[in-house]
Amino acid sequence: MRDFNLAQETCQLAIRDVGGLEVLINLLATDEIKCKIGSLKILKKISQNSQIRRAIADLGGLQTMVCILDSPDKELKCLSAETIANVAKFRRARRTVRQHGGIKRLVCLLDCVPDSAALTVEQERDVEVARCGALALWSCSKSTRNKEAIRRAGGIPLLARLLKSPHENMLIPVVGTLQECASEKSYRVAIQTEGMVEDLVKNLSCDNQELQMHCASAIFKCAEDKRTRDLVRHYAGLQPLVSLLGKSENKQLLAATTGAIWKCSISMENVAMFKEYKALEILVGLLTNQPEEVLVNVVGALGECAQQPANRTTIYKSGGIPPLVNLLTGTNQALLVNVTRAVGACATEPENMAIIDRLDGVRLLWSLLKNPNPDVQASAAWAICPCIENAKDAGEMVRSFVGGLELIVNLLKSNNGEVLASVCAAIANIAKDEENLAVITDHGVVPMLAKLTNTTDDKLRRHLAEAIARCCMWGSNRVAFGEAGAVAPLVRYLRSKDPSVHQATAQALFQLSKGPNNCITMHENGVVKLLIEMMGSTDEVLQEASAGCVANIRRLALANEKARYS
Amino acid sequence: MSEMSAMNRKLIQNLAETLSKQVKRFNKTEAECLIRLFNGLIGDQTERRVGNGLDRGKFRNVLHKTFGMTDDMIMDRVFRAFDKDNDSYVSVKEWIEGLSVFLRGTLDEKIKYCFDVYDLNGDGYISREEMFHMLKNSLIRQPTEEDPDEGIKDLVEITVKKMDHDHDGRLSYADFDKAVREENLLLEAFGTCLPDAKSIQAFEQHAFQEPLEH
Repeated sequence: MRDFNLAQETCQLAIRDVGGLEVLINLLATDEIKCKIGSLKILKKISQNSQIRRAIADLGGLQTMVCILDSPDKELKCLSAETIANVAKFRRARRTVRQHGGIKRLVCLLDCVPDSAALTVEQERDVEVARCGALALWSCSKSTRNKEAIRRAGGIPLLARLLKSPHENMLIPVVGTLQECASEKSYRVAIQTEGMVEDLVKNLSCDNQELQMHCASAIFKCAEDKRTRDLVRHYAGLQPLVSLLGKSENKQLLAATTGAIWKCSISMENVAMFKEYKALEILVGLLTNQPEEVLVNVVGALGECAQQPANRTTIYKSGGIPPLVNLLTGTNQALLVNVTRAVGACATEPENMAIIDRLDGVRLLWSLLKNPNPDVQASAAWAICPCIENAKDAGEMVRSFVGGLELIVNLLKSNNGEVLASVCAAIANIAKDEENLAVITDHGVVPMLAKLTNTTDDKLRRHLAEAIARCCMWGSNRVAFGEAGAVAPLVRYLRSKDPSVHQATAQALFQLSKGPNNCITMHENGVVKLLIEMMGSTDEVLQEASAGCVANIRRLALANEKARYS
Repeated sequence: MSEMSAMNRKLIQNLAETLSKQVKRFNKTEAECLIRLFNGLIGDQTERRVGNGLDRGKFRNVLHKTFGMTDDMIMDRVFRAFDKDNDSYVSVKEWIEGLSVFLRGTLDEKIKYCFDVYDLNGDGYISREEMFHMLKNSLIRQPTEEDPDEGIKDLVEITVKKMDHDHDGRLSYADFDKAVREENLLLEAFGTCLPDAKSIQAFEQHAFQEPLEH
């Protein structure tokens, strides 16, 4: 045995012979600690090669390495964990580790005290063991089931404790693991409640770009939740994020940073601070010459910021509109969703709309309605609404898109609720122009809208009712809606809890009530009582529409009676 | 035990105190235990013969039974390393000193100790011939092999290449020291001459657990 020892050491210098793997793995199974150490020292190095990793896994090496984690010898634990970290870089290996109880044992390795000022030699060894454990867990955590296993083994509080370490080489695997796992909601909650956001923010300002990237990534994933967004602001994390935008050569770091800024911008208070730190101008500068993964996030951030009117002006002044419109020609779905949202938000300002129009932005949005991805379709349709509202000669503009009206009416055949709601909203805007209303009527918009009325989705109900209200104002559409059975379902909308649904529905009913048959239908469906309640609302539009509708019904009833008695 | 006169006990205690101060690895109690163990191993002897100490056979017995060593040649060398004054007996002082390195030595002390074990002729160098001699039995001989020594010769060459830093064809103490510091598994490259962790633990537990008995 001692000779194998010797031979192994010199083999390290010699060319790595893959045939030696069986021998190495056999050595791992012996009882001799020195044999195991020698073998692992070699395996650790050569397992960086992907073919060798597979071979090691095939020969059952992982099972043995997991058993070695139980050994009391710390050097052995470290070497074993580090080798597992290298081998577990493919899926089957990660599964094997879990199936043999590896996750539990690796989590146990994390138990140490990392940050006392003066560590004894033993404690330093414990810290090294924990670091190796974290490396292994980082590799393993790419599998969803392993993320769950780590949590169940009590890994989260231990990771939280290690997060307080001052050493970068400990922090990198720990944050790496956390950010990998942060795709799971349970981890995001834990990151908030165990006070980890503070540590993540603190490390944004360290010197190590890899660490900064992982911290930003973790924040990116966690900031989906409002509480995290507030915590980031509370611990003064927004400023360091903006500073990191300066490191634009490191694309991975930039993608993580812009991602974090995007999600943090969902909260208005954060947007206000970003504005102070001049983040908007920097973001606009990043709209060109960046890889797609960066652009998605930059545009996402701009889209969120553009929900505030003042920021729309800033974007305009920084020259942000032309590059945004330019991005509408891309093919990356996620990017398109974000761009349309951003452009839509900007289009609510007339000065922005002028540029968008000049650059043919509305036509580009319209052609996105042809995109096979429903998220893109919906997002484009939402964006079209403010464009029509704010463009000069909107009606003329819409008519100029060849086949455009037919295209959008046909989207009413979609199965996707978001698409339907957005298209109805767009149609409500289109129908403001009489000529266009005539065209879409020709394309069969009335029966299509009527077919959609049997829904309980409040968002759809609201925009559908708006569309119906507008479409009533042409020719015999009113009557057609009645014949298509749209009236009775609309009455039911009044029972919804959403006040915007009430308003839209009342307006639709008011328009419909100008047709006598519709009045009868409405009355039969008990609309009067509901409308009388609405009349007492504080919403003036609702009051007026409800009253107008009831009045029409009443007038019909009176006329009826008069006819009977004359 | 009933023969242990008060004077004997006092002697042992004094000896323990002196030795533990000199050797520093063991405290007074532990040194006492080791002395009693030593006495027990020598057996029932008169004062005069106790003065000589453990002979080679009894010492090798200890190595074999307590520490699991099996290689004759190595055990011999270990005896030589313990027996510093070369009188073929391990005195109680040599016993305590040897054990302090054996059980609890620092890396420095262990390097020196191993080097002494491996330097068969004591000339301050481990030569190729000595290496050959020590590694002779480590490779399994194939029956069809023409020159059964060829494998060992190759092994020796690899070793020299790895460890001989001043390139004089043999390992000086400095060479050995440097090589072990770079790769600590090379400490016992030529043979197991130190006990493993389990044996150490078992020995200490057994020896130190009941200080008044043996």
